[in-house]
Amino acid sequence: MTDVATHAATSPRFKDNAKSALADADLQNALKFVEVNFIARRREAAERLPEFDALRDSARDIKDHTLAHLDLYLEAYENRVVERGGHVHYAVTGEDARQIILDICRKLGARTVTKGKSMVAEEIGLNDFLAAQGITPIETDLGEYIIQLRHEMPSHIIAPAVHLTKAQIESDFRRVHAHLPAGRNLVEPTSLLTEARAVLREKFLAADVGITGANFLVAETGSSVIITNEGNGDLTQTLPKAHIVLASIEKLVPTLEDLSQLLRVLARSATGQDMSVYTTLSTGPRRPDDPDGPGEYHVVLLDNGRSSMLAGEFRDMLRCIRCGACMNHCPIYHAVGGHAYGWVYPGPMGAVLTPSLIGIDKAGHLPNASTFCGRCEEVCPVRIPLPRMMRSWREREFEQHLSPATVRSGLAFWGFFAKRPWLYGVATALAARLLALAGRTRGRFSWLPLASGWTRHRDFPAPQGGTFQAQWNRQRGRLARPVGQADGPNL
Amino acid sequence: MTPRELVLATVRRSLGVTGAEATRRSEVAARLAGHPPGVVPERGQLEPAGRLDLFARMVKAAAGTVERVADMAEIPAAVAAFLRGHNLPLAIRHGGDPLLSSAPWKLAGTLEIRQGASDGADLAAVSHAFAAVAETGTLVLTSGADNPTTLNFLPDVHIVVVDACDVVSDFESAMARLRSRFGAGVMPRAVNMITGPSRSADIEQTLILGAHGPRKLHVIVVGKP
Ligand code: SF4
Repeated sequence: MTDVATHAATSPRFKDNAKSALADADLQNALKFVEVNFIARRREAAERLPEFDALRDSARDIKDHTLAHLDLYLEAYENRVVERGGHVHYAVTGEDARQIILDICRKLGARTVTKGKSMVAEEIGLNDFLAAQGITPIETDLGEYIIQLRHEMPSHIIAPAVHLTKAQIESDFRRVHAHLPAGRNLVEPTSLLTEARAVLREKFLAADVGITGANFLVAETGSSVIITNEGNGDLTQTLPKAHIVLASIEKLVPTLEDLSQLLRVLARSATGQDMSVYTTLSTGPRRPDDPDGPGEYHVVLLDNGRSSMLAGEFRDMLRCIRCGACMNHCPIYHAVGGHAYGWVYPGPMGAVLTPSLIGIDKAGHLPNASTFCGRCEEVCPVRIPLPRMMRSWREREFEQHLSPATVRSGLAFWGFFAKRPWLYGVATALAARLLALAGRTRGRFSWLPLASGWTRHRDFPAPQGGTFQAQWNRQRGRLARPVGQADGPNL
Repeated sequence: MTPRELVLATVRRSLGVTGAEATRRSEVAARLAGHPPGVVPERGQLEPAGRLDLFARMVKAAAGTVERVADMAEIPAAVAAFLRGHNLPLAIRHGGDPLLSSAPWKLAGTLEIRQGASDGADLAAVSHAFAAVAETGTLVLTSGADNPTTLNFLPDVHIVVVDACDVVSDFESAMARLRSRFGAGVMPRAVNMITGPSRSADIEQTLILGAHGPRKLHVIVVGKP
């Protein structure tokens, strides 16, 4: 499986993570904003554009077409980059990508690198690696900068510091920006932003190399596309001697028209903006008569397991454009936040992607962290069937004997009856009668054998009347009687 | 095998193809050459005057400001008035853009003009947009000596001049213009699509303008479409 050496995943401890998240008052306060703001803003943006759903179909089709021809689009893209004087490096694993980036930095004698927000860089643990090699990485997206100060992972793919409150950020700034007057006022978010802007401005101007991710790579022109609201990605890639783009191979789109389709759904799904503030297409290094721009332009194309994902039932996941809508609409994410998922990608998209990248043995809890309410699929701009894929992971987990023994024996027990409908009917009717009898005084149970997982947190209601099956049969019996001229559909 | 060969081989194995299939190759070539449009929203499909109004509305919705002037001769006064109105020093920087260079800046009196890329010390810059998209109020700027990229990001205030004729309905029209100006498949080093001033909502999702880029974005539309 892929290497995660420098970025230890705590996904195997999801249950403990979730428990502490639920008890964390600061986190619970911060998470309220996600549920309230993101959902409403996305809905309003979608409603303002009558073609929004048609554009989602279009976006899905573009991604499907590109993935089905990925080898050819990679070649076309690479040719264009090289024509414009850029360099393309293929990296099979995260470790390969880190080494390629290190080599470029070393050749340029780089001591500091600025970084635009990149989930792929988080995936390969780039910051820790560079720091260990004596190169100082500086995150420049405000949210990423804040979590870098705290040595944390992002808790959301588009709002990395969404789990933090203003007061927490203030105390981090006071701790790290120790050269600034202690008595300064940092109460308002504006003053925090102003301080970060000033501190980072110096870093932008001093950096030797700038590293960004890419939201898209355009095969037609050999361009990498970054999208930001702050403008940090642009300063990162414009000012230093070299610009390194770190992007995974599924970021390809064929043409500028295809890019236009995807741009129309991305910002609306992510932040509810019609467009993010800065969408920048970069193609090659500084041209002969350019007064600014990087002297070198490198693209590191990371595979890290994605080419294998193309083969199986998780190919659809490679359509993901990392908008974050699925987590913004996820009741589990609202309850526990992003860190509980234990690795770089949280929420429903993480529940599907993480097992593919670090293995179902480590990430088995994630596809189970779902209520199957289906809202993620409803809002996904590229219509990824996230619930179906979470179910597939659960099946694999079961087949590989990774689910806990209690779950397995429980399911086997249930399966025995389910395969024998007559016996199932008798057994459930008997169980319902017994439970109704036992619970007739209180109407509920606060403890039941074998159901402590449920009753520890809430009461179990005593059955009222017959089983569902029995009621269903009665109901059907009534409906099946001829009622004159039936004009309904044949059942 | 090189890493490149390994990645391409795995992609092909997963897709069950060799890469030599003529139909796949021609399909990809046709799409790259023909770049078919997808769904283009109705919103921007307006006659020229309506398109300009939509553009102005969308810029304002993105927290930018807009004004219209009759011709280039009015630019210097408009720029000076904007700076004065925001208590900013009367100094700007612009690139070698012929349109901006030939503007009668002297008419604006004491306005100090610097030329070339920014080193971060300028408070205000003026750029000339390659095009603008009415659909979302987006400016399209291209890199080069005429309009250096640093002017779009380092100064506190960015003033962008756009010719009314260059305000197009939708992204597809802007892309078509890029293609006809630079050639099929060819792009300038950077194309900056800018929609409003810089902002961040990373602190408790409170929206604040002026994160790393300009705190203010002012658009001056010149002439009639
Ligand atoms: S899975 Fe869909 S909704 Fe979730 S981040 Fe990816 S594109 Fe957005």
